Amino acid sequence: MSPGGWDVAADLDRPPATVPGPDTKVPADLRAEIEAHMANYPDRRSAALPALAAAQRVHGWCSPEAIRQVASVMRLTPAYLESVASFYDMLETEPVGRHSVYVCTNISCSLRGADDLLADFERAVAADPDVNVRAFECLGACDIAPMASVDGVYVGPLSSQDIPQLLEDVHAGRAVLPERQLARRLVADPHANSREFPEHPAQGAAHGGANLELPTEDPAAATGEEPS
Amino acid sequence: MAAADTAAPMLLFTDIDEPGLATREVYERRGGYESLRKALATSPEEVLAQLEASGLRGRGGAGFAMGKKVSFLPKGAMDKYLVCNADESEPGTFKDRELMQKTPHTLIEGIVIASYAAGATRSFIYIRGEYVLQADALDAALAEAREAGYVGEDILGSGHSLSLVVHRGAGAYICGEETGLLDSLEGKRGNPRLKPPFPANQGLYQGPTLINNVETLATVPAIVRIGGEEYAKLGVETSTGTKLVSVSGHVERPGNYEIELGIPSREIIYGLAGGPPEGRGVKCWFPGGSSSPVLTAEDLDLPYDFDTLAKAGSMLGSGAIIVVDDATPILDVAMKTAKFYRHESCGKCTPCREGTNWTVKMLERIDAGEATPMDLEIMASVQEHIIGNCLCVLGDAMAMPIGSMIAKFRPELESHIENRRLQAPTPAGAVA
Repeated sequence: MSPGGWDVAADLDRPPATVPGPDTKVPADLRAEIEAHMANYPDRRSAALPALAAAQRVHGWCSPEAIRQVASVMRLTPAYLESVASFYDMLETEPVGRHSVYVCTNISCSLRGADDLLADFERAVAADPDVNVRAFECLGACDIAPMASVDGVYVGPLSSQDIPQLLEDVHAGRAVLPERQLARRLVADPHANSREFPEHPAQGAAHGGANLELPTEDPAAATGEEPS
Repeated sequence: MAAADTAAPMLLFTDIDEPGLATREVYERRGGYESLRKALATSPEEVLAQLEASGLRGRGGAGFAMGKKVSFLPKGAMDKYLVCNADESEPGTFKDRELMQKTPHTLIEGIVIASYAAGATRSFIYIRGEYVLQADALDAALAEAREAGYVGEDILGSGHSLSLVVHRGAGAYICGEETGLLDSLEGKRGNPRLKPPFPANQGLYQGPTLINNVETLATVPAIVRIGGEEYAKLGVETSTGTKLVSVSGHVERPGNYEIELGIPSREIIYGLAGGPPEGRGVKCWFPGGSSSPVLTAEDLDLPYDFDTLAKAGSMLGSGAIIVVDDATPILDVAMKTAKFYRHESCGKCTPCREGTNWTVKMLERIDAGEATPMDLEIMASVQEHIIGNCLCVLGDAMAMPIGSMIAKFRPELESHIENRRLQAPTPAGAVA
């Protein structure tokens, strides 16, 4: 991905990148994960999204090196994978902070004040390179509008007063605003439950299942450890 | 508010918050996987007949009869695929999320039964990447189902085999469109394909493919349990059964509700969701996600079913009701809607790529005081030129609501143009 976008001409003299050779260094765990994904499908290319997501977890973003590693394991050209990575909002094609805060700004959330919330979030992290705050399209949680997905954990309804506590939880590696997590909520329909049920438990901070969660350690050191 | 009179028969949401329902143990204790046993004891044709008798229409947006869709798959021995569309990215929709998170086994059971009826041997759940909690719940449930022999080779000794993979997307609205989803599942950019050929003939990996929404498939075990004819008694004639509706926006109790199709829309918006805050009224509402043409307060007494809403010029869509109160300028609603579709247009077809972009620019001109009433004509004609002219309906999904806003709120938009023009430093039409 050339950072210049439209404004920087492509270098036409550069030879086209081919499938990286088998000698490309790939962290063993990443290679194993990608190969496991490839085995799930009749066509190995189907594993492109999960493989890129896995590489993003290791490298922090879909860097040229991350793409090269995936390309080498999947036997695809880096250009093919770049074309895929650049299509999807959750795959980062430029370096970002290691914590992600997606603020939903679609219609239902914006009717309930999401635009002001996003502006306040952006101000709050202006000097914090660790947190990647961005507007996101409908996250499918309009019942807790306005809301955000914080490292994959849905929290809401949020107001600007919640931002300091939320960011503190993120930096401390704690569960984010546990009492405000979507995971805990009971269904809204009053006829659904025939009797009283307790609230569901909140999600922990280190929920390993977050497919596109960024690494919680220095990318250089993260050569092996894979979230369970 | 007591809403006992609106109590629907519960098929999907029955005691959905029971602790442990996401585990096989509790699910089975409540009779889970009994429908699968019942279905496997009969022939695939019999299961298909039940699905057709139920009148179940797709819950993802198009509302196509599910049984008919299954019957479109070619017969004979070949690799057939079943894909569950769990991308749920239509703004305002969050019903599948609740199902997958709290009762993932219901979806898995529905998929296995549907695959038996369709003769599919490989299946995939394409879930949007943002739904981490839900995908984790599905993965955990799938591991349990495999262990119990509900998924895999020779399921419960029936001779039917099915593989199932939970595939996580990575954030793209267009991947909820069935052919865009297939391309994405094949590891490509999620660009829609030309139809025909339809997925039933040439879908995933060029093979016959059945694609259904989460709620549709999750309803299948209930249909097998009570029987197709019994299911068809629920709801109204051409909209049978119960439906999950996601109500959001300016209502007191936003959330998911299970309703019997055909109840008055007012009962959903006011009775169940509590209506707009005290002192406010309904200005407009999207009856089926942000892609559906808006209806107004006058339409609140319409029965909430597929055909009535279609006759009223809108659609039931995904069952996502977004309520906008009378304190919100319609221009803001139009702008949010248009900007979303501009961002999500994949760029393959010109009317959609350019039309969404120019609609946003025209709306911004209105807000900047640079527009004249003629811009409304141009904007309306742009919408007309998008509809039906693209490979998929993403462009239509913007053109329909925006077109309806121009048609129904024209006086407000005209006065918005005029007010902004007067506030602008150099009014449009003035000699600078």
